[in-house]
Amino acid sequence: MTDAVATRDALRIVGQPVVRHDARDKVVAATAYAADWALPGMLHAAVLRSPYPSARIVRLETKRATAMAGVAVVLTAKDVPRNTLATDVPGQTTAVGPLRATLHVLAEDRVRHQGEPVALVAAETLELARDAVEAIEVEYEVTPGVFTPEAALAPGAPPVHGTGNLLAQWRIARGDVAKALAGANVVVEGEYTTQLVDAAYLEPESGVAWIDSDGVITIRLSTQVIEHFRDVAEVLQVPQNRVRVIGTYLGGGFGGKEDVTVEAYLGLLTLKTGRPVKMVWTRQESLLSRAKRHPYRLRYRTGANAHGEIVAQQIELLADAGAYAYLSALVLLYSTVTAAGPYRVPAVEVDARVAYTNNPPTSAMRGFGAMQTVFAYESQLDRVARALGMDPVAVRRVNALRRGDTLPVGQVIETHVAIPELCERAWAALGPPTAARAPHIKVGRGLACNFQPYGRIVWLHDWASAWVGFEMDGSLVIRCGCPDVGGGQASSLCQIAAEVLGVTLTRISVHVSDSALTPLAGTTTASRQLYMSGNAVLKTARELRAGLLGVAAAMLGGDADDLDMDEDRVVTRDGRTLAIAGLLAECARVGVPRSHLGVYHAPAGEPVDLATGSGKVFPDYTFGAHAAEVEVDTETGLVRVLGYAAAHDVGRAINPQSVEGQIQGGAVQGLGYGLMEEVVVENGINLTTSFATYLIPTAADVPDVRAVVVESGEGLGPFNARGIGEPPIGPPAAAIANAIEAATGARITRLPITAERVARALGLLD
Amino acid sequence: MAKQVLSFTVNGEPVEALVQPYVTLLDALREDLGLTGPKEGCGTGDCGACSVHLDGKLVASCLVLAMQARGRSVTTIEGLARGGALTPVQDAFVRHGVPQCGFCIPGVLMAAAALLAENAEPSEDDIRYAIAGNLCRCTGYTKMVEAISEAAGTARNRGSARGA
Repeated sequence: MTDAVATRDALRIVGQPVVRHDARDKVVAATAYAADWALPGMLHAAVLRSPYPSARIVRLETKRATAMAGVAVVLTAKDVPRNTLATDVPGQTTAVGPLRATLHVLAEDRVRHQGEPVALVAAETLELARDAVEAIEVEYEVTPGVFTPEAALAPGAPPVHGTGNLLAQWRIARGDVAKALAGANVVVEGEYTTQLVDAAYLEPESGVAWIDSDGVITIRLSTQVIEHFRDVAEVLQVPQNRVRVIGTYLGGGFGGKEDVTVEAYLGLLTLKTGRPVKMVWTRQESLLSRAKRHPYRLRYRTGANAHGEIVAQQIELLADAGAYAYLSALVLLYSTVTAAGPYRVPAVEVDARVAYTNNPPTSAMRGFGAMQTVFAYESQLDRVARALGMDPVAVRRVNALRRGDTLPVGQVIETHVAIPELCERAWAALGPPTAARAPHIKVGRGLACNFQPYGRIVWLHDWASAWVGFEMDGSLVIRCGCPDVGGGQASSLCQIAAEVLGVTLTRISVHVSDSALTPLAGTTTASRQLYMSGNAVLKTARELRAGLLGVAAAMLGGDADDLDMDEDRVVTRDGRTLAIAGLLAECARVGVPRSHLGVYHAPAGEPVDLATGSGKVFPDYTFGAHAAEVEVDTETGLVRVLGYAAAHDVGRAINPQSVEGQIQGGAVQGLGYGLMEEVVVENGINLTTSFATYLIPTAADVPDVRAVVVESGEGLGPFNARGIGEPPIGPPAAAIANAIEAATGARITRLPITAERVARALGLLD
Repeated sequence: MAKQVLSFTVNGEPVEALVQPYVTLLDALREDLGLTGPKEGCGTGDCGACSVHLDGKLVASCLVLAMQARGRSVTTIEGLARGGALTPVQDAFVRHGVPQCGFCIPGVLMAAAALLAENAEPSEDDIRYAIAGNLCRCTGYTKMVEAISEAAGTARNRGSARGA
């Protein structure tokens, strides 16, 4: 891919670790998060939630709550104009058939998981709203539930919905797996278990809604998806152009704010009362009720030849969707496509299923199904290497995908695969080995690679749009409907526009995430915003530049191709300059626009038949390799991470500082997944609804993460960048498990790797 | 319940507010005084996003009743940068690109300020333990520790290596 700006000059602003425009606001607390907002006459809202994971609602009486002084409204399912939201999941290819993923705004005759919303209250104060929730009378008849996918799929299991409990199934079959396994020099079998975890963003779900002076229902909230304005309109049964969603700078998302959270409730309450309404979930509510990461059971048989080359993988995946479909079918698709890892595997069988249960629902979370599989395929590869006496870097080098290789699903890899280099760089970045502190302390190192799609599935026909325009004084405005979850999404757009239009960064204002006033740019999910909104701004800025330079060429004489825009001027090859304000005045005079709306369409495709391996599923992938050094106390099983290095090929780092931050933060989230996090659910009851029981890493739990940023110059994003939002969370759990085996010989196959599990594996608890 | 008069000093200014006796200091600051810098991340003292200084000591303002601050002095994130000038730690946070989502940052900055007031030359371990009560889900803490170290004048320069 050629790049006009990049080839003309060295890049000036893209690639620099510039200070993000939002950084100063965030250190002086000037950023107004969703819960920091208030309006005069605002009501406060609270949600009544089911205490049971499976029950029939026999009686629901709101009279007493409604009659309380200060209570504005109490709503149940019968008050919701359209209580059921449904989305079609395209591409389903198996016996399950087409899937309509349905969701109720408020529970109707049944509740299917603990924490399911049953009723809403808006009142003059939050205390009153919570009192009124307590005053709603509900009589439940507890019904039998299913609490594991195995139980859910057993004959005679109580159905969670009217259909069977098998929500989705994907299969891949490529090559003759049985024959390849029979001929392999080594066959490793493993069963792995990954746990339920929570996104645990620091900012709970929150927002404020009001009916604006134009009559538009306006909802300002923390969301990764402003396009949910359409869902709110559907629920309220109003035209889509009568609902506006303003997305705030988020206090974290990680996929947990991808599905609808508070917006439908806020829309309902403000529509029914005509008053502004605020809803802020407590941490307990968030941990109790929000969709989480799917727990998986992963069974692998991996065969390799004497050179360590994998000849076959036989893979069976089983995931727990919890009580509602949400995005489970697509999460499972990501698992299916990535199940064999970033490796050449001639024969692959994958059988992947996800089942409804009465557990908390699961949906998007950073990594989106391409994460659970890493723990399994990287553990398997290490075991193959160990069986053959190969070192961890060598076994990955011989197996790594190369450009032009075909994935088991039939997709050809079209960009550079940096796995060997990433392994070497990550391994070397650990530095000299640490000596064990005491005889009972063992030290070891582990390596793990991953690949993560960036950009949406090609048959979703993704696009993003952006508006870029100059003001008369030469300052620049960017409008783009891209929510900023904290990864520097908006700031990267500024760098891209500044690069193309030669505008000083501090002279750019960027407006993001407003469904009425910014051109839609799609969701901040799937590691897609730099790729999609970045390309939209790049394309828009280039088209704007072409128009402006046409005018400049007429003013200066000569060819527009010989002109550059730099430091708020137009510059000729022979060093003459034209101030931007002068150019803009001329544009106004001759009628050439100072602004432009552009649309970027990602390469699209049709649904793939996975079973026959028919083609492209994702636009491209980001590759990574992480290396960990751990010490294991062989008397207690306690694991401490001594050193950690995370290498990713990001194509090009638009802002290296932001890229490092993404890598370091993602790696630590992955360490939490590997070592400590678990939503503990017993018979559908969540036992971990506070940060005192749901433990995420603190600064004292993890070491520095050394971020190794590799720039291959190949990627589909602006200036050949690849997505880096999700990829760094993938490898840590496997890297830790591999390091523990290197240190102690014990193989841990269940997450999280707690001291108890290590002690058990070391035989200390027998 | 009848509201009570809360007289105290906030960010160096004498302040009076009428508050319910059961509200937390966090709610009084956010709801009654409009100081939304301290955040509610959990409401149970586990995450540190609501951290403020009470008579110079770091506290989780969600665990302090507002009336416990009567006659005392509270400093919030809004009171750290005086006259528009950032403190060295805030400045280091900006230059190191520490904030991602930024929701934990006010609390972390209050913890760092409390540390540096007591210990001008903290070790990496001192820093890590000082902010261990502040959960951050975005950064992985590496840049945070670097920035606090640098602000304390004990700069380390680890945690990043770019390559082509």
